[in-house]
Amino acid sequence: MTDATTPRPHPASPAAPVRRSLLIEDARTKRRNAAERRFRAYGVVAIGLAIAALVFLLFTIFRDGSSAFFQTYARIPVAIEAQVVDPAGNRDPAEMQKVLTMGYGKLLDNALAAYVEENGIQIEGLSERDLSTFFSAQGRADLRNAVLADPALVGTVIEAPVMTSSRVDGMFKGRVSRDSAARDAKTSVAQYELAMAMEKQGDLQTRFNWDFVTSTDSSDNRPEAAGLGVAILGSLYMMLIVLVLSLPIGVAASIYLEEFAPKNRLTDAIEVNISNLAAVPSIVFGILGLAVFVNFVGLPRSAPIVGGLVLTLLTLPTIIISTRAALKAVPPSIRDAALGVGASRMQTMFHHVLPLAMPGILTGTILGLAHALGETAPLLLIGMVAFVTTYPSAPPEGFLDPASALPVQVYNWTQRADPAFFERASGAIIVLLAFLLAMNLLAIYLRRKFERRW
Amino acid sequence: MDDVRLAERAVDTDARDIKFQCRDVQVWYGEKHAIKDVSVDLLDKTVTAFIGPSGCGKSTFLRCLNRMNDTIGIARVEGQMLLDGENIYDRRVDPVQLRARVGMVFQKPNPFPKSIYDNVAYGPRIHGLARNRAELDEIVEKALRGAALWNEVKDRLHETGTGLSGGQQQRLCIARAVATAPEVLLMDEPCSALDPIATAQVEELIDELRATFSVVIVTHSMQQAARVSQKTAFFHLGNLVEYGDTDDIFTRPRDPRTESYISGRIG
Repeated sequence: MTDATTPRPHPASPAAPVRRSLLIEDARTKRRNAAERRFRAYGVVAIGLAIAALVFLLFTIFRDGSSAFFQTYARIPVAIEAQVVDPAGNRDPAEMQKVLTMGYGKLLDNALAAYVEENGIQIEGLSERDLSTFFSAQGRADLRNAVLADPALVGTVIEAPVMTSSRVDGMFKGRVSRDSAARDAKTSVAQYELAMAMEKQGDLQTRFNWDFVTSTDSSDNRPEAAGLGVAILGSLYMMLIVLVLSLPIGVAASIYLEEFAPKNRLTDAIEVNISNLAAVPSIVFGILGLAVFVNFVGLPRSAPIVGGLVLTLLTLPTIIISTRAALKAVPPSIRDAALGVGASRMQTMFHHVLPLAMPGILTGTILGLAHALGETAPLLLIGMVAFVTTYPSAPPEGFLDPASALPVQVYNWTQRADPAFFERASGAIIVLLAFLLAMNLLAIYLRRKFERRW
Repeated sequence: MDDVRLAERAVDTDARDIKFQCRDVQVWYGEKHAIKDVSVDLLDKTVTAFIGPSGCGKSTFLRCLNRMNDTIGIARVEGQMLLDGENIYDRRVDPVQLRARVGMVFQKPNPFPKSIYDNVAYGPRIHGLARNRAELDEIVEKALRGAALWNEVKDRLHETGTGLSGGQQQRLCIARAVATAPEVLLMDEPCSALDPIATAQVEELIDELRATFSVVIVTHSMQQAARVSQKTAFFHLGNLVEYGDTDDIFTRPRDPRTESYISGRIG
């Protein structure tokens, strides 16, 4: 308004031509350039913050989780005493089954006591309890399985690696120190010193822990034995179901909506609702899955089939939206060309438009799958959080067996008290991230491979 | 205007059969009345040019001739368009069959992102024109020769069609249209995206195609219309203002609007 009341001579008006040197920045240009520099600085700061957050996240996860991939084992001679494991003395596996895992614990206790004596290890206050909690309960179970599988071992002395308890394992991962051992009811300073002495002798070894990736979840008493096997299988089964169901349904729905459906209020409503579905909180899909698939249809709880169906519903809107975008992006000249030589609408679609839209469709599908892989909330509601220690069988029967899922396993482990579970939760996140990264790389690869110029 | 060439290309159009007989054609795009009361007879083995200012409806009318407007939901066509005496807007007509007989070449070269061979072979394949590979090869070669492209591409038939130059791509599109053995060839400004040399090649080709097909070409260039066509139709604001022999239109226009347009006063 002030401009109107106090008119200034217009610099470009023909009456007063003002020539300024190009070498000097005038005030207006200066302001403009400053604004541009400010904007760029904002961008650099924003990206810097994002990268810092990502690095921090990855750093903490790897710091806490990488130790889950390593496990400490003791290698000491263990005498398989016949009177303990085979009281009947006839080497009959059926009779030997009656000796419970607890009995094998005695073998390990005796072996450790013998080891301490033999090597002359003198530790003040080393109690029987320190010896019996030195090994993981899983160690006894492994030993029992080995003997039952091969009764010839009875009466011999074997030297197999035996899994140590989570506390002993923690001593070599920085989780348990001498001071924390003194305060911990589940270990003691004497046990700490025993472990250190055995380490010095070279009879404790830390090696890569394949069991973490392959074995099943375990109870609170033996966190050191917990693994991701069931969760990985469960996630894999669900992804298979999601892929097999949502890709054809999603692509068919998008083709129909994009190419064949009449444009009227009904299709408008469908369109709006598909976009809305993509924004519905995932837990709502979980409630729906519980009500429909479990309670109404009667499918078993905790089964990958239910999880897969729920995740399919969750992924469909994403796939439909990205597929429609990919179909729209195909230039109309290609459709014209195909129609012009007398191709039907369906031929045009399947011979020309769909192949050109394929990279976009695949990218959208894989990103949808990656989203589904990391989804936790709906799976909690349909019982995938259950404690499962048996592997689901091979598909298709396995789709009905109880299983877990990777993100649910992470959630589950973070709820448990033992610090070894916390370490495993971080380890499971690493596995999950590795799968997500692999899927994203696959998406990029497919996009590059199928990308065509027109 | 190039009078020498005009005279050379003039043929006795009265002796030709009528290929397309259009009566009282009306086209609406929603509320917009795009074509008003157009009646025109398009002749066989003749090049007919549609000229007129932008938005006059010439492309719309052209796209009605093979029902490409069907793909636009809001387009509505009324009136009669008889191809060899059969109304192409009859309910029993499948546009797919019609388009096999009335081929089309578009403004921008739009080869499929496939090999040169597959581009040409696509139409014959979907219409089942070849019984075996040898026949298909023959059709492809004939179409490419017909489009004056064979000598340039015969050694690289399996390279991608989008890798050709603009003019070659447009001739590939013509070969693709010719391969389905149509009777009418519609061309919607086929040279507007081409350089002058490629344009000259395509125009020469159009003149050769006249021996086999009825060619209808929409063009913005009056020189081009004069060079390639025997019949010219001048459209203005959705009306067919004047239709007649090309040299009559360009030398003795009857309607003042035609005269204004060809002399550059409107358009």
